[in-house]
Amino acid sequence: MSEADGGAVEFGRADQEDEEQLLPQLVAHLREHRSRLRQEWAGRIQGSHLLRSMTPQEVGAETTSVYDNYVEVLETGSVEALQDYARDLSERIIPRGVETHEVVGIVLLLRDVLARSLFEKYQRDFDLLNRVLDAYEPAANRIANTVAVSFVDERERVIRQQQDSIRELSTPVLPVRERLLILPIIGVLDTERARQLTEQLLRGIRTHRAKVVVIDITGAPDVDEAVANHLVRTVDASRLMGASVIITGLSPEIAQTLVTIGVDLSKMNTIGDLQGGLEEAERLLGFTVTREDGSP
Amino acid sequence: MTDAGPALVSILRQGSQLIASIHTALDDTQMVRFQQDLVQQIGEHRASGVVIDVAALDVLDSFGSRALRDIAEMARLRGAATVVVGIQPEVAFAMVSLGMDTGSVHTALDLEEGLAYLGGVAGRPAAAARARSAQRA
Repeated sequence: MSEADGGAVEFGRADQEDEEQLLPQLVAHLREHRSRLRQEWAGRIQGSHLLRSMTPQEVGAETTSVYDNYVEVLETGSVEALQDYARDLSERIIPRGVETHEVVGIVLLLRDVLARSLFEKYQRDFDLLNRVLDAYEPAANRIANTVAVSFVDERERVIRQQQDSIRELSTPVLPVRERLLILPIIGVLDTERARQLTEQLLRGIRTHRAKVVVIDITGAPDVDEAVANHLVRTVDASRLMGASVIITGLSPEIAQTLVTIGVDLSKMNTIGDLQGGLEEAERLLGFTVTREDGSP
Repeated sequence: MTDAGPALVSILRQGSQLIASIHTALDDTQMVRFQQDLVQQIGEHRASGVVIDVAALDVLDSFGSRALRDIAEMARLRGAATVVVGIQPEVAFAMVSLGMDTGSVHTALDLEEGLAYLGGVAGRPAAAARARSAQRA
């Protein structure tokens, strides 16, 4: 009896010997009725309209392996393997658009299905049922917890990764002509990005000895007050470094926002679109662009 | 400057222009002293333009920026246009963040740019003033 599965001990409470015996029994029961319980579970998943972004075949394959993993963790008590599996699973299903509530939902469903089958099996002996549940519940809770946490961790990792790559791409400072820089801003401009933008722009002005900078915000969906004020300061700072700034591509929404929140833009040189901005910049720098055939 | 020790500011003459390089952070007294020296030399050399190079400064406080603004104004009264050059990126952003007003002082990237600007307005303070107000608008 004492050589029964040692890993399960940590799940037990007072009556160790008894529970060491119980858990293998329980695992054997779950293995025996594997396909019936798994199908019941898959049915419940469908009934709850979970995982609708996956095909029934995929759901079938995943539920089988989740079931086996689940029972294995109950048996060995080792969550490490489950953590790895859950991470792996999350990596596969996150791109498919599976949501956190779905993952938590299906794990809780499985927990429910298995608990019901235990109720059914031990319903005659209430005492035994109690002890079985004592062994089962903590382990099951721990599994649900592990899977949910792994999933959320994975999601957060993906989000962090995306944020990093956005940040890297976010603020290119591009020389287009001698002493003329353009700075296209694509995507949401938050405080952190705005700070980075200023830093790179001011550095860029010095490196390229820029006299005119065109900041194009066509691709920025929204600007809040803090960021707008930051932009104004960036323009002022650029002027202190001897470069004049032209802002182009203010969308109707942003224009409205800026006027409504009362940002002082009187010193800003704004032009409708990037083309107009470049033309104005060329004029300031004394460039004239002509066609080869001489027509304007 | 007549003080003993290393020069904090050098004022050089180049043609009809004065080039004042600030080598190190100045305290308030030194700044006032610099102001006096520079305004006096504008008259002595009959300078038509002044370049103040602050590239060596990694900080410029509100007193400093006001002093620069005052110098520009005094120089204008003495018939010379002023341009401040070499403001570092960090300094520039700190100045605007703290709301320091450089007013009508013209700024340029570096010495070369500053001299080019003065070359354009040399001897024509009125034109320089026009250029400044155009820039402000």
